[in-house]
Amino acid sequence: MIDVTDARKYYGDFTALDDVSLSIPAGSLTALLGPSGSGKSTLLRSIAGLETLDAGRVVISGDDVTDVPPQKRGIGFVFQHYAAFKHMTVRDNVAFGLTIRKRPKNEINRKVDELLEIVGLGGLQKRYPAQLSGGQRQRMALARALAVDPQVLLLDEPFGALDAKVRADLRQWLRRLHDEVHVTTVLVTHDQEEALDVADQIAVLNKGRIEQIGAPEDLYERPVNDFVMSFLGSVAKIGPHLVRPHDLRLERALERWSPEERAEMEPSKATVGRVVRLGFEVRVDLLDEAGERLSAEITRRDDERLALKAGDVVYVRPVRALPPEEAFPALAM
Amino acid sequence: MTSTTQKRQKPSAGTLILRTIALVYLFVLLAVPIGLILYRTFANGIGPFIDSITTPAAISAFNLSLLLVAIAVPLNVVFGVITSLALVRGRFPGRKLLQAVVDLPFAVSPIVVGVALILLWGRDGWFGGLETLGIKVIYGIPGMALATIFVTLPFVVREVEPVLREIGNDQEQAAATLGANPWQTFWRITLPSIRWGLTYGIVLTVARALGEFGAVIMVSSGFPGVSQTLTLLVHARYIDDHNTYGAYAAATLLMGLAMLTLLLMTLLDRKRSHS
Ligand SMILES: Nc1ncnc2c1ncn2[C@@H]1O[C@H](COP(=O)(O)OP(=O)(O)OP(=O)(O)O)[C@@H](O)[C@H]1O
Ligand SMILES: [Mg+2]
Repeated sequence: MIDVTDARKYYGDFTALDDVSLSIPAGSLTALLGPSGSGKSTLLRSIAGLETLDAGRVVISGDDVTDVPPQKRGIGFVFQHYAAFKHMTVRDNVAFGLTIRKRPKNEINRKVDELLEIVGLGGLQKRYPAQLSGGQRQRMALARALAVDPQVLLLDEPFGALDAKVRADLRQWLRRLHDEVHVTTVLVTHDQEEALDVADQIAVLNKGRIEQIGAPEDLYERPVNDFVMSFLGSVAKIGPHLVRPHDLRLERALERWSPEERAEMEPSKATVGRVVRLGFEVRVDLLDEAGERLSAEITRRDDERLALKAGDVVYVRPVRALPPEEAFPALAM
Repeated sequence: MTSTTQKRQKPSAGTLILRTIALVYLFVLLAVPIGLILYRTFANGIGPFIDSITTPAAISAFNLSLLLVAIAVPLNVVFGVITSLALVRGRFPGRKLLQAVVDLPFAVSPIVVGVALILLWGRDGWFGGLETLGIKVIYGIPGMALATIFVTLPFVVREVEPVLREIGNDQEQAAATLGANPWQTFWRITLPSIRWGLTYGIVLTVARALGEFGAVIMVSSGFPGVSQTLTLLVHARYIDDHNTYGAYAAATLLMGLAMLTLLLMTLLDRKRSHS
């Protein structure tokens, strides 16, 4: 497991990591999620030792590695742009860590063949990186990192340079691989879907700070602030509140809500713009009285009952009571 | 290169004229003088040429030229690679200055280099004390080696630096995360990545070291058989001995060596584009 405590990193007078503490359980797959420039790579590279912290500690499996160079941290690192050894064959790339460790040749060959089989590159041993596709190169980089049996696997936007389809395939594949090898994994991404899809735990970073850390459901259902809320999943803005589009209830008459509900929060009036029917879900684009756009997601059944069409006037209210306004620290979005 | 073949058309009159001018220019300036020397050298067959380049003075000059190459190349390789690494990867205050200093030998006339070396290492120079200790720098081989190193200094740096810049340090960082220490990373990752740039740098260094004249003549005692390089031999035979044929023969030998390096470079180039 990995423990980062009070990590700070400055580039000149710019604060890239601002007092970051993070605990990653052994065997988990944690995603570091955040917008561009939020410090995800800096944090990951600090765990790897590729960046030195200005303050704070990094502990891997109980050993304080803060002052240990990367080659002695027992990590595997996968770079966004592969960092393939261009002058070496696929076999030599994957074998690199083992060759450095002076393992016997037959052991190296066995392990390389086995790993290439796992990542689906069996038979490509003699190719050079230039003769591989982007996705193949990235899988080679993954095999190379796994070859040394790292205690932790660190991936910096490993699928960032690939197209959407290949990305989705590879991350499913990564999840299965993780379930098989169970190596503690940290994945950097700025794609919320990718994080929700593969991670056991997500840490949301913003401006060098961790906003929230927890299981994907927790972050999605119980975001601690507007930033996390709008970064994970889509949001609709109703008055000053942010809610999930599927947490909005639409009705043609105010009376459909109970008096208690209405006392708690009065539904607001809106005009239907477009109604998009996507299988079971129906998205209704609305324009509220203040002229703000918002989208609600309702079920097919409700849609049939309400029979909404463009131009209709409806009432809209969140299904659940909203926490008081003060619970949300004001955050620039 | 497909685009050029696709676009190939019948050349216009203007193009033809330009091409002719370029060819005549190259012919007059390069081919004629070289051809003339070759013609003079071999006009009476290969015998006189062999005789002329196997005199004790010629053999000694040949050896001395190669010795200077053998001294300058390894030193320039080691310092050139270190300097390139410092220029590309280093974050120190004097980097811009170092950039400029590395190019100095390109800017300064070799003869000035010679004068500067005498000022520094000569009997009355800053380091002149060495001479009283019996170490003769100026008018000895160390002085000629210094002159050669000086004038060939930029080649390795100038060839290796852009390559280093282009490859970045991703691969080196990857090697580090895989357990390689800096030394292993250098030998297994950095050096193989820059090998072509380095090869070019070496070839250029060799060619320049063989051909250097101005800086070397200033610091050489010029005794035939002792401190004459091939270039100095050509000069001495022509000017001092009025042995024009000998000068042609030695010049041909020098050219032969240069051709060999060029040929080597072309072969390497071909090998590179295939790999
Ligand atoms: N070497 C550096 N010198 C100066 N500033 C840097 C350096 N490296 C990173 N930064 C700054 O630190 C901040 C965090 O960078 P980092 O690479 O960690 O962002 P990131 O979250 O990985 O973003 P992205 O998703 O774009 O990769 C950025 O604002 C960046 O400009
Ligand atoms: Mg990044």
